[in-house]
Order: sequence, then C-alpha cells, then structure tokens
Amino acid sequence: MIERMVTIKNRAGIHARPAALLVQTASKFKSKIYIEKDTDRINGKSIMGIITLGASYDTRLKLIADGEDEGAAVEALAHLFDSKFEED
Amino acid sequence: MAVKRFTVLDLIDFDLKEHNSLNLRCIGGRKGLAREISIPDLNRPGLALSGFYDSFAYQRIQIFGRGEVAYLRMMDEQGKTDTLERMFEYEIPCCIFTHNLTPDASFFSIGERSQCPILQTDLPSAEFSSRVLRVLSNLFAPQKTMHGVLVEVYGIGILILGDSGVGKSEAALELIERGHRLVADDVVDIRCVNGNILMGAGANKIIGHHMEIRGLGIINVTHLYGVGAIRDKKQVQLVVELEEWDAEKVYDRIGTQETLLDVLGVKIPKLEIPVKPGRNIPIIIETAAMNERLKKMGYYSAKEFNQNVLKWIESDAARSVYFGQDDII
Repeated sequence: MIERMVTIKNRAGIHARPAALLVQTASKFKSKIYIEKDTDRINGKSIMGIITLGASYDTRLKLIADGEDEGAAVEALAHLFDSKFEED
Repeated sequence: MAVKRFTVLDLIDFDLKEHNSLNLRCIGGRKGLAREISIPDLNRPGLALSGFYDSFAYQRIQIFGRGEVAYLRMMDEQGKTDTLERMFEYEIPCCIFTHNLTPDASFFSIGERSQCPILQTDLPSAEFSSRVLRVLSNLFAPQKTMHGVLVEVYGIGILILGDSGVGKSEAALELIERGHRLVADDVVDIRCVNGNILMGAGANKIIGHHMEIRGLGIINVTHLYGVGAIRDKKQVQLVVELEEWDAEKVYDRIGTQETLLDVLGVKIPKLEIPVKPGRNIPIIIETAAMNERLKKMGYYSAKEFNQNVLKWIESDAARSVYFGQDDII
C-alpha cells in the first residue's frame, strides 16, 4: 500500500471536469484507489465520491493505492494534481 | 486522522426539520462559540449552583430551566456570585436557557468574562432535552462511508455493493424506473443508531440525488423521476454484493444459510449475486427484497421448502414399510 499527500493547486478546486479526469486515470489501474480528506475516505474510481469531497483550492488530500500497480497509480494521480488538471 | 470538532456554533447552525428544530439563539458569550461539544449529554447544574462541585459534569451542555433561573435570581438578589464564578472557572461548552428565560446581568457579565456562550431557546426543558439528546446521539454515533448504492425496494433498505463498473448504478436506475426509491448513489454515509440500527443517507445534501451512469454522465434523479423516486435516509436491512460471474466460485443455490456482513458492529444479511449478461439484476434484487420481507414475517422459503421435502421423504419411507416395492406405482 502506498500513500501520498497532495495539494490542490488549481483555483476552482475539484469540480466535475477534474473529478472525471481523476476517475478516468484511476480506472486504468487494477489497484484499489482511495482519496482521503480529513476523516472522509472515498473510492478513487467513483466520480460522485470525488465530487462529494468538496475539495477546494489548497486542500490537502491523501492518495492511497493498494494493489499490484499501486506505485504507477499514485504517480499518475499525483501528476494530475501537480499539473493543475491541465487547467489555469 | 483528525476527527472533525463539533462546536457550539455547529449546534446552532444545525439544519433540522421543524419538529426537531432546537430554536437556539446566542444571547451572550459569542467569543466562546468555537468551544467544542465533546460529550453527547446534558447536565442540570442545580447542585453546582448551590455550591456542590464534586463530580460536576462540566464537559456537558448545561441546561437552565425555570428552577435554576429562579435560584439564580434569588442568589442575585442576595448578591452572591461566588458559586457562579466558580462554575465558570470550568470549561463549560455552553449554557442553554429554556422557556425563553433570560438570566440576570451578573450571569451575563461573568459568562462573558469566561467566554462561555449563553444560548436561549423557546422550547420547554423536557422537550428541548429530548430533542438535543436525539440530535447529539445521532451525531456522535459511529459513522462510516461506504462505496455503493442505497435503494429502498418494497420498503426494504438495500445497500448494493460491488467493484467499480460492475453495474451498481445501472441496476439502481432500473429499480427507480420500476417505482422504487433512491437514497444515495456512490457515497453512502452510514451511522449506527442505538447500537443496532444502521441508518444510511447521502453523504452530501447539496449533491443530493444525482447518479453517474457511464455513457450518460451525471443525471438528476429528482428532476427525471420526481420526488416520489427519492428518499433522504433509510435503514440498511439487506446488503447485495454484485460481482463478476466466476465459474470457479460456489454460489448459494439453496439459500438456507445466511451470510452476515458486519458493519459498525451490526450484522446485516448479505447476498452475493453474480453478474453475467442475460441476468436481470433488478428483478433479482426485487425478489430478494420480497423474500427478506417474508423472512421478517417468519416465513423462510428455503427452510420451509426443505422441511416439506424432509416430511415427504419420511412419509414415503414410512409407507414403504407397509407396502412392498411393487405396490407403489
């Protein structure tokens, strides 16, 4: 299991488009993927789940991947956060 | 992991329906509104006011009813404020006055100085106590977020679980189409109430009853199917786990053995349903719901059937003693 903290860097936070991008990326991997905000933990392959987090600009989130391709999964997801979901 | 603090301000802001409303407003000590409420219980500070502070439950919300206010007035007239000052030395989350009662100026000034919020409600003490206890016990109940869909089918709350893409939302959509109700999609917030009831609801009221269907995107169930197709919360009574058909796996063929799933210490009957093209999952879920109702009424189809089979075999065996093999056609 791999965990990594990420920060949301795009101004608008995680709205529908970034959420869809995250889910699309997460679904490419076999590992179980979770995203945590404070006490809430949701499934990283669920679009409604990610939107429900209500993650705004500068929020710290924890990415968790568990499975055979966990390293690549966390890497790919963290890259989305770093690249501001191709926004701004 | 940091647990969210529940503050006095959260209690005032709490969005409750009419018959549960606490009707609270702040009348003093605003600086202390960020104080945390950490214990879901109340205290009537009668003994404390009279000067007895052994085992004073200061961490609880302090309720001042008619009796306490009359005593406070008497003390104020006599100019005694030492016990009050002693009470406010403790870190009290807040003081609540019922019946729209207002304390004297001395109470305000001491409360303000120690930054303890003073709230007021128009409800009588007994009614307010029962409402606030209900609110707090729900709030402090063990809670868990589950990835699945919660639907109400024939009055039974069914939590559909399964991996992403197995068809949970699609099954739920057809159930809605068939006149059943959606409680929450994808993110189900489950609370253990009273230690034996699992109450499921959507994790976020603003996002409400939306669903994500692959190929369609996000749809608004309330607008598409009307308010009759949704529910705010529902007790989880049955768990249905959808999974890809696995030829190697042994599935329950008779149904006399119940599998139970432990959620927050409550055991819920669980069915594993394999998914394969051509299997109509919504109808299977409907049947499971009706079967569950039969079980609750005391009729257990599989066991009843097996008992009949046993009876039949027995009577057949008994008869064969009297009749020769050739006599039975």
